[in-house]
Amino acid sequence: MEETKYDFDVVRWFTIMAVVYLVVGTLVGVYIASELAWPFLNFDIPEITFGRLRPLHTNAVIFAFGGCALFATSFYSVQRTGSTSLWSPKMAWFTFWGWNLIIVAAVITLPLGITQSKEYAELEWPIDLAIAVVWLSWGLNFIMTIAKRKTSHIYVSNWFFMGMFVMITYLHVVNSLAIPVGLFKSYSIFSGVQDAMIQWWWGHNAVGFYLTAGFLGIMYYFVPKQANRPVFSYRLSVLHFWALMFGYVWLGAHHLQYTALPDWTGSLGAAVSLAMIIPSWGGAINGMMTLSGAWDKLRTDYILRFLIMSLAFYAMSTFEGPVMSSKTVNALSHYTDWTIGHVHSGALGWVAMVASGALYHLTEKLWNTRMYSAKLVNTHFWMATIGTVVYITAMWVSGIMQGLMWRDYDEFGTLTYTFAESVAAMHPYYVMRAVGGAIYWLGGAIMLFNVIMTVRQASAQRSAAAAAAA
Amino acid sequence: MADKIYSTKLQDTAERNVFVMFVLLMILLSVGGLVEIVPLFYLPDTMEHNKHPEIVWQSKGRPISVANFKVGDSITWKPGDGIRPYTALELAGRDIFQREGCYLCHSQMIRPFRDEKERYGHYSLASESMYDHPFQWGSKRTGPDLARVGGKYSNEWHFQHLMAPRSVVPESVMPNYPWLAEQTVDGETLKKHMEGLRMVGVPYTDADIAAAKQVNDVREVDALIAYLQVLGTMANLKDDVDYRE
Repeated sequence: MEETKYDFDVVRWFTIMAVVYLVVGTLVGVYIASELAWPFLNFDIPEITFGRLRPLHTNAVIFAFGGCALFATSFYSVQRTGSTSLWSPKMAWFTFWGWNLIIVAAVITLPLGITQSKEYAELEWPIDLAIAVVWLSWGLNFIMTIAKRKTSHIYVSNWFFMGMFVMITYLHVVNSLAIPVGLFKSYSIFSGVQDAMIQWWWGHNAVGFYLTAGFLGIMYYFVPKQANRPVFSYRLSVLHFWALMFGYVWLGAHHLQYTALPDWTGSLGAAVSLAMIIPSWGGAINGMMTLSGAWDKLRTDYILRFLIMSLAFYAMSTFEGPVMSSKTVNALSHYTDWTIGHVHSGALGWVAMVASGALYHLTEKLWNTRMYSAKLVNTHFWMATIGTVVYITAMWVSGIMQGLMWRDYDEFGTLTYTFAESVAAMHPYYVMRAVGGAIYWLGGAIMLFNVIMTVRQASAQRSAAAAAAA
Repeated sequence: MADKIYSTKLQDTAERNVFVMFVLLMILLSVGGLVEIVPLFYLPDTMEHNKHPEIVWQSKGRPISVANFKVGDSITWKPGDGIRPYTALELAGRDIFQREGCYLCHSQMIRPFRDEKERYGHYSLASESMYDHPFQWGSKRTGPDLARVGGKYSNEWHFQHLMAPRSVVPESVMPNYPWLAEQTVDGETLKKHMEGLRMVGVPYTDADIAAAKQVNDVREVDALIAYLQVLGTMANLKDDVDYRE
């Protein structure tokens, strides 16, 4: 019955691919983390050295996993909240195949060293053009589906997805402006300090809009649905939405403090960063308090656990972010592993956890069944939580230690440590980080197994029911 | 009930009309970027050479250099003469630096702190990367900063270090790059790269671009070393001048 009203087939495929890319992307991450702990793992093979695989890891988790999770959840929730089918199911399939082809292109080109060498925007110009087209196809379809909705007001999750669409379009187009000098090589049209500012305007807002606004959209639909309660506060969602949209754009400059970027720009970025804790926590509180009066559900509903734990990590890392952007702390933390730890408390703890919760919810709804094993959902939950904590603890310690060693002076007023000594001191923490990542990856692999078994079980039940009816 | 307004009129309109919300977002989301980025293109304080023109080399139509492997072995330019575009050979090295993802572990941006000055040298200036398309400041120091690595080690040391880093720095976690000694630079491709850079504003002369031919068949490792050896050596920065006042 629901099938005739909604277009869910494409959502199902995006859901499955999101889980697949979660496993693939974190596996590459575990491998490059291990390369830092045990450099022999580079094996003198160009295609698998750290410098070439690291962009593959970031692109796989952000754009392959994150992208498929965003497309699955947005195409699902925009139909449900508008009580309507997609504007163009054909275009949604174009988005699906286009996006997956782009991912294949990334998997081929990045290990070959074909790169624009701008972080999280490494893909070369022909792929950049394809990204623009496929991205616009998603945005157009999404907005037109909102336009044909049967409800009076646009639900809050859709505001966030729209904000993400507008901003990522700006960022991708401007940051990727380049002059092609061959099919697989181009140079940014910007240079030096301007290029740096544009890159981190992109870099921080890939986090701010793709991984935060988009995933807050997920949160606003799936937390109330899974908890079966209305969103805690409508007013809070209006306020923190507009504040987050306006404010996040300014933060990129805090990546360039004390560099050759003029001081006014870095300070402006830092000042807005400090203020951003308010809208960020607005979202976290709004999500968590949605559970007020229903906290007991956390004891039995493992999917809800993912969603609520993700908000706890979100609150923590959006506190850590403003702290790190203050100039005094940034002087120590910049260039160290602390930054990597901060990114992963957001990426593993917030983004991947809220997405996992939403993907479990989707699996049950889309195949109209329960998870194959609730116990395995719980196992995944604990592995994800423990893996994240091990990872970020290792990076906190190593990052702060690195920063302190670099600036340490002995009693004669000379530098206490050589750089090489600081590298040697990192080893145990690089091992610990790889272990934390491996635990997280294994949790994801369990999820993939569980989802596949659930889908198989649902299809078997359907064909049995069909046979019985005949 | 559907007609009741729960917030402000504007918010209510935006929530009812997707196109109103879309336009509001387009305006709001452009502000931060415009304020922080656009002034960098025209405020004179952004680039230090506006006040200190001596840090940029004036070619006056002369070619920068013939292709060569030695630091400062140039017909017209020597280290300290000022910031200039990369020679064909150095650019070939820079392409390899990008390809191998070196920027992911090595920054090229020294901050104005005492420990960084002692470890790496004079703090970096914006003008020093004025010909860098794209910038290579980096964001992480898994390995040390390279902004002023030029001239600090011999070419032989760099070769040994690139082939087998742990043979010279036992603590290193850097990969070995043996293939750089086997692969060579293609002069024709390099020429196209230089022409592209000229289109985005790097002041290459015809003679500079013609030099790309001479780099043909040079081992990649030698090109990379030439690039590393010029980093941070171009401008003669003085300790008693405050370039960033």
